[in-house]
Amino acid sequence: MFAYIVRRLALMLVTLIGISIIVFVLLRIVPGNIVDILFDAAGYVDPADKANLQRDLGLDQPIYVQYLHWIWGLLHGDLGYSYVSEKPALDEILPRIPITARLAGLALTFSASIGIPLGVLSAVRQGTRLDYVLRIVSLSGLSLPSFWLGLLILMASVSLFDSMPIFNPNPKTWGEAIAIYCVPAMAVGFRSAALTMRITRSSMLEVLRQDYIRTARAKGASERSVNFRHALKNAILPVITVIGIEAAFLIGGLIVTETVFNIPGVARFLVEALRWRDYPIVQNLVMLIALVVVLANFTVDMLYAVIDPRIRYTD
Amino acid sequence: MAVVNYDSELRRAGAHATHGWRRATFLAKRYVLGTIGLTIMLLFVWTALSADFICRFDPLTVDSAHRLAHPSWLHWMGTDSFGRDVWSRIVHGARISLAVGIGSTALGSSIGVMIGLTSGYLSGWVDLVFQRVTDILQALPLLVLALVMTAALGPSLPNVILAIAIPLIPTVARVIRANTLALRELPFVEAAKSIGMSETRIALRHVLPNTIAPLIVLATAQLGSTILTEASLSFLGLGIPEPYPSWGRMLSESAAEYVRVAPWLVIFPGIAISLAVFGTNLFGDALRDILDPRQRG
Repeated sequence: MFAYIVRRLALMLVTLIGISIIVFVLLRIVPGNIVDILFDAAGYVDPADKANLQRDLGLDQPIYVQYLHWIWGLLHGDLGYSYVSEKPALDEILPRIPITARLAGLALTFSASIGIPLGVLSAVRQGTRLDYVLRIVSLSGLSLPSFWLGLLILMASVSLFDSMPIFNPNPKTWGEAIAIYCVPAMAVGFRSAALTMRITRSSMLEVLRQDYIRTARAKGASERSVNFRHALKNAILPVITVIGIEAAFLIGGLIVTETVFNIPGVARFLVEALRWRDYPIVQNLVMLIALVVVLANFTVDMLYAVIDPRIRYTD
Repeated sequence: MAVVNYDSELRRAGAHATHGWRRATFLAKRYVLGTIGLTIMLLFVWTALSADFICRFDPLTVDSAHRLAHPSWLHWMGTDSFGRDVWSRIVHGARISLAVGIGSTALGSSIGVMIGLTSGYLSGWVDLVFQRVTDILQALPLLVLALVMTAALGPSLPNVILAIAIPLIPTVARVIRANTLALRELPFVEAAKSIGMSETRIALRHVLPNTIAPLIVLATAQLGSTILTEASLSFLGLGIPEPYPSWGRMLSESAAEYVRVAPWLVIFPGIAISLAVFGTNLFGDALRDILDPRQRG
């Protein structure tokens, strides 16, 4: 077990280094850096000024020196400075993390609490009209773009209350808090709920066919006990994988949803930084996202061993 | 007591037909949702192909006299803030969605197949390197990688196709690799080896055709997500540039401003995206049931 964990951690490190190289190079293959953009906007400026600014930002050095400089800083907790605000990147990124984390947590809670029970229901009633309806709902959940869902919610809010939910970091009332966090979280979580439901359904169907379920029924166990205590317990493993992966991949939905609802979280910040070519922000944000993804994958694998005693990692 | 002869019943329903119209009608009855999905997809392809004939206005022509016109007999889906006809833009937008969907799925799948096949067939250090590369590519969500890539490459149709294709590679490579590993051990590969066939020939002529079914299933599933990703990229302003009518672009941030005054600008492009993706998802599900019955749910 210990050897396995060490190996996994080493592989995670390799992945993160790979990501850092890819992102760093990708952002620098474009012709024109931030200095060109700033100076383009300003019209004609003295070339000496331009060279000075490039030197200040370290852009005159070879790319590998710039890369090593960034990584060295990263290891020391120094993420560099934002080109746009000229504040330390860490100060720009940190306050935005709780907002996105709260949204992601709510979205996951929503998707698990809707997706798992409906998935079980759909599997138990396989082939009925209810199953068909639930399957179509879950498929449409995977087909609706979350930004469109967000826009529809805004539209509904305009026509019902004649106002749009505007983000406020310190909501005063419960109602406000719900409007600010839960509504966008549901817009993002709808997709994961649909996915969770589909996986729960197919995993349950697989388990319900097995012999021990028939044994449980033969012993006279109630339908409820068979479905939830016997079947779901064994069917939950793939569901956990999906929820774990979704926890990390939710960021895709959050990017567009935070944009629609104007929420100043990490995800929307990535898009803004990309538009401004604010490389220090972009590369650190991408590293943060990659870190969350690899940690989520690792946690899911570790959870397996905890939930299912048959799984033991030996290597 | 009536005796049901299952064989003749199935035969009458067309289950034994292996090709032709009878087989098609049997499958259509058996997979109703899949047939609906296929119909939506065909409608979508037809719209893209005949966009020039079915649209009533030029999708790029600005008409400031008719800005934000309500849906009417003249403008079925209203006009946008530049006075451009929304119906014509949606019809032409089908082309972009289709081009990106098919283009990036085909590109991502073919690179993925090459990597997966080489990786599974050669094993050893080649496999190890490819595995690490796919690990790295999989550590970023599709949209994030595509966003960074389009921002780096610049917004244009070919760049968007490339930016969406690359994140698709790891999944395809993984599936093909796993299949190749399993197939390599089967007797028919051994037989091919024993008659002196070259490794490349075995890989391409014997192993590859056997991975086609899972590949088709995966590619159809990915088609929907490529369309969604293109819409998201364009929505964020980093996808297909103006003035091309991309569905996502039509919904871009300006739409939030018009939610109050011009809801048709929000409703119709969204329906177009959702319907196209819904169709491919329905069809993909049925295809998976037919081609890969082990995964049937």
